[in-house]
Amino acid sequence: MSAASRRNPFPVNWPARVAWVALAAYTVYAASLFQLTWTRFLTGIDNGAKFLDRMFPPLLGKWDLLWVGMSESVEIALIASALGVVLSVPVGLLAARNLMPGWVTWLARGLIALCRSFHPMIVAILFVKSVGFGALAGIMALVVSSIGFIAKLFAEAIEEISLKQVEAVRATGAGFANVLIMGVIPQVLARFIGFATYQIDSNLRNSTMVGIVGGGGIGATLFTAFQRFDYDFVLTILITIIALIMVGEIVSGWMRRTFQ
Amino acid sequence: MTQGGFGSGAAGGTPDRSLRLVGLRKEYVRGTPVLRDVSIDFAPKGMTAIIGPSGTGKSTLIRCVNRLVEPTAGQILFLGRDMAKLHGGELRTARRRIGMVFQEYNLVERLTAIENVLCGRLGYVSAWRAWLRRYPAEDIDGAFELLEAVGLAERAGQRADALSGGQRQRIGIARALMQRPDLLLADEPTSSLDPKTSVEIMELMVELAGRRDIPIVINIHNVELAKRFAQRIVGMTGGSVVFDGRPEELRDEHLKAIYGGEAWL
Repeated sequence: MSAASRRNPFPVNWPARVAWVALAAYTVYAASLFQLTWTRFLTGIDNGAKFLDRMFPPLLGKWDLLWVGMSESVEIALIASALGVVLSVPVGLLAARNLMPGWVTWLARGLIALCRSFHPMIVAILFVKSVGFGALAGIMALVVSSIGFIAKLFAEAIEEISLKQVEAVRATGAGFANVLIMGVIPQVLARFIGFATYQIDSNLRNSTMVGIVGGGGIGATLFTAFQRFDYDFVLTILITIIALIMVGEIVSGWMRRTFQ
Repeated sequence: MTQGGFGSGAAGGTPDRSLRLVGLRKEYVRGTPVLRDVSIDFAPKGMTAIIGPSGTGKSTLIRCVNRLVEPTAGQILFLGRDMAKLHGGELRTARRRIGMVFQEYNLVERLTAIENVLCGRLGYVSAWRAWLRRYPAEDIDGAFELLEAVGLAERAGQRADALSGGQRQRIGIARALMQRPDLLLADEPTSSLDPKTSVEIMELMVELAGRRDIPIVINIHNVELAKRFAQRIVGMTGGSVVFDGRPEELRDEHLKAIYGGEAWL
């Protein structure tokens, strides 16, 4: 054996190699379970072409139906964002391990984990079943997901602050509330605004969906249009949603810049 | 509560500003004391400099005084009370009387210079007023006077993170004096600054505190600065005081005892 082979600088990582092979094998096996064949793909494509054909041109009409649905979706998104942001502040604060005693953070973290465990659609179904059809259920579902997102990131932002700045404020004899207001909040405010605007974005998207399960908004209209095979109206709704999301994107970008 | 004006020393009604440490002990880990029963009497005016190698407990000692660090045992007698025994609201009320200047300035970076100076009043204003930045008019006047005194009046609206190191430490001094304190603690206030700025910061501190008859207790690495500005030097090593005297009494053999070795002298 030569000296060079004994001093191989790139030794084979056998566990990684085995893992890759196993992953590839499993993917092939899983695909075979669903009979994902080329012919199946071709029939699918053919069907898709017919569907697209029936969508064009988008229906220009039913404006009142569109308007009612869209405006309700926007209202759901904004109300849910406002409530979610307001409720996230105390929850996030209580979950910050560098400010709160351990048992408090565990309770708050448990609540956040609960809010995050389900997709907004599942939460929306739960609320539709418990409080009935309509915007209230949609709003409550989005408030839950907003808390799950903002409170978690807010707590993490607080855990990353500089404690030196906090120490200096504490040294002046300031009480806990004043330490928060002048020592902690200035350090996390900009990031909090960032999370909140991102959540508004996300709530706008989700508010167009909760209607499918009865949570109010354009989703209900969209679902009905699908079921009635009004694919041209479906396209109109989809284009309107795209426009709404883009406007939301622009507005939230502008908000983030304002609060840097 | 009587409070001195900002312009000059608090005339009349000035309490006894001396500080007494009795048997002060601190153990971060049980059985390994960082401070070994330190007893020091600090005069009610002038500057006392504490020198000693890194890790000898100087920072711990100074942070025990305003209880940013919890002492394990001992007394901290100041303004007629034992700081070591205070809790909650009483502790915060006592802390208001003690200003502190930090090595890395510890300004709230995203607040403006004037907001940082006004942080010195946070022990007095309610949360509601702090949130709305509704400080009493006399505090705002006082803050601008102090900014003027440290030479940064035109920087009032600038954010702290836009200031240079020397400027930040000036704001740090203004914030501490904004408390109208009876004692000024300084923890290595010049260690992050260049030599020229260091001297300027020391001069500023001595002048502004001197005008108000506020005693200063300072930790400092730079022995020359300590000798130049302090009236008394306390040398510490291994958590104990090994020298205590006037600057002119500090000789090479003392420095050897404090820092160990002699090659550096």
